[in-house]
Amino acid sequence: MKSILRAILLAGLAVLGTLAPAQAQQPIKIGMAVSQTGTLGGGGRAALLGVKMWVEDVNAKGGLLGRKVELIAYDDQSQPSTTPTLYTKLLDVDKVDLLIGPYASVPTAPIMPIIKQRDLLLMSNFTFELNRDLKHDKVFNNAPWTNAENLTGGMFDIAVKAGAKKVAFLAADQEFTQNVTAGAKRIAKRLNLETVYEQIYPPGNVDFSAMIRAIRAAKPDIVFVASYPNESAVILRGVNEIGVGDSVKVFGGAMIGLQFGPVMENLGSLMNGVINFTSYVPEKTMDYPGVRDFLARYTKRADEEKVDPLGYYLPPFSYAIGQMLEQAVTATKSLDHKVLAAHLHKNEMKTIVGSIAFDALGERAKPSVPMVQFQNVADKNMEQFRQPGKMVIVAPPELKSGEAVVPFEKARKK
Amino acid sequence: MIQAGTDTGGDALSFELLLDAIVLGMLVGCFYAAVSIGLSISFGLLDVPQVAHPAMLLLGSYGTYLLGRWGLDPLLAGVILMPIFFLFGMALYRGFHEIFEKRGEATGIGSLAFFFGVALIIEVGLIMVFGVDQRAVEAPYIGSSITVGDIPLPIRMVVAFVVALLFTGGLILYLAKTFTGRAIRAVAQDEGALKLMGVDPVKIKQWAFGIATATTALAGALLIVITPVDPNYYRLYIGRTFCVVVLAGPGSMGGTLIAGLILGISESIVLTMFGASWAQAVSFGLLLVVLGLRPQGLFGR
Repeated sequence: MKSILRAILLAGLAVLGTLAPAQAQQPIKIGMAVSQTGTLGGGGRAALLGVKMWVEDVNAKGGLLGRKVELIAYDDQSQPSTTPTLYTKLLDVDKVDLLIGPYASVPTAPIMPIIKQRDLLLMSNFTFELNRDLKHDKVFNNAPWTNAENLTGGMFDIAVKAGAKKVAFLAADQEFTQNVTAGAKRIAKRLNLETVYEQIYPPGNVDFSAMIRAIRAAKPDIVFVASYPNESAVILRGVNEIGVGDSVKVFGGAMIGLQFGPVMENLGSLMNGVINFTSYVPEKTMDYPGVRDFLARYTKRADEEKVDPLGYYLPPFSYAIGQMLEQAVTATKSLDHKVLAAHLHKNEMKTIVGSIAFDALGERAKPSVPMVQFQNVADKNMEQFRQPGKMVIVAPPELKSGEAVVPFEKARKK
Repeated sequence: MIQAGTDTGGDALSFELLLDAIVLGMLVGCFYAAVSIGLSISFGLLDVPQVAHPAMLLLGSYGTYLLGRWGLDPLLAGVILMPIFFLFGMALYRGFHEIFEKRGEATGIGSLAFFFGVALIIEVGLIMVFGVDQRAVEAPYIGSSITVGDIPLPIRMVVAFVVALLFTGGLILYLAKTFTGRAIRAVAQDEGALKLMGVDPVKIKQWAFGIATATTALAGALLIVITPVDPNYYRLYIGRTFCVVVLAGPGSMGGTLIAGLILGISESIVLTMFGASWAQAVSFGLLLVVLGLRPQGLFGR
């Protein structure tokens, strides 16, 4: 009997012995849901390519902690209702080790309760004030802003310097644009600006002529626009067709779409003079180590994958998420979310979009959002945006690469 | 401050804004009629739950974009695409007929799922071919305006208005004056009677569905003239097109034009005077009121 028991024990040990190295060879799984179809699909696919490129790079260097990195990415279809299921699947079925958030706040918001309840680390992806109320200590946002004020504040500073006193607001009836506009209104109040026009429009609006005419009649100095890509294009067409009037010193703010290559190529000279937020542009003040090399490699891949050929807005920041995870895992030699979060809070991370340090809410300790003015942009030319001087950074001071041209009508002719 | 429902800076300005809203609402309304007229045939006359109609519209926009890259005018491209769409529509109907109508399941949930499937295939197909980014076209009438009275009007909207008006008018005449047009209307009223007259209702319905699909080519061209599109843009038009058709009353072509105008003008006025959040609510609220009072729609029999 004893010998049988000993044999079973030995056999068991032998099995464990063969399993142990196999366990060590299992890849580190990183899971994310990201929009590959639907309204956020354009940005989502480009962002996914950024993450994929980091995975390829890190695996080429031998992986993390001696293990290969495997990315599991699902399409959330730009539907916030899908993300809780997809993240539950990532956690319970795929058993991922680390999580990257979906692109943008709307699909990310529904997974926050899961992240908080399970006390997980989430590298969120271009979210906006998402952790303000939840205050989870393991959420880290890769975006260069922390709130609505520093997202569009630079534009207001330029306008006030030029003597602006009156402001008009035009915003889409959707979450991000409404939040940003609320922040812009707080700035306007702080700067004692008088609101002379305010209009919220429904998504998919095809004609803005009446609104643009009403703006012109209200004679504002600042026209603040918070819009989504399709409407951004129609608004700029409308401005060209109808004109906003000579009173306007600055125009723009938070127009989504003007960060993406295909939209920029379509709009061409219609963008001239517009001052708008972005995340990265190839100006000398943003020439961070590694970013040019990344973008050169990205451009080749973008053509194959039919995503934004420029890839300025999201891909470098998605790649940076990977770099931050890589540094935290390598430094702590751990995949424990608590350990990694503590490391990310305490240390400055080196990425291709500059050094990133986080505050207590996992937002940037030093927000720095490039506010660019489109200058001398020609029609139908994607390549022009690869050169400096087309998207001139006019604020904040630490990133500034040129002077803003005011008033808007003068800037439009540049 | 000029804002929805608040001080608009004086009565004159308020009246001007209202006038602006009505005129621009008319332009948009005519466009709504043009994008809905095909659905009025397929859903209104033929009882086919064609929920892929807005996706076909988008296919028309992308076809226009593709031909535009070879230097073709968007509207001309729309016209060139019409015969291709006509044949595609005939083939699609034949498939639908074989799978559903022959088994007497034309209006069931299965046929609804079939057309949702077609819409999704179109969306995914467009993503695979063109990517997810928005596409636009160029034409001399895009990007400038003309002033009528005191109101500056974007020429692209005026062009869309004129084309939509001619297009819808032409279709109304075709259905009223030609033999095939009258046969299409007859098949909607009494399929059995048509058989007794020696006409094959399936062939007539197939022809009509082809026409309904062909309209989406030109309407799609109008769409991309007015606004840039991306592969999921059609979703915004599912509600709107069905709203126009139901408001008009099934099968009423003239009614579709008037319903489009009602929707366009009411959306525009509400948007200008009361704010965006109410714009779509009022449109669909209007639909509910009309259906409550006239379940057959404004011009339905």
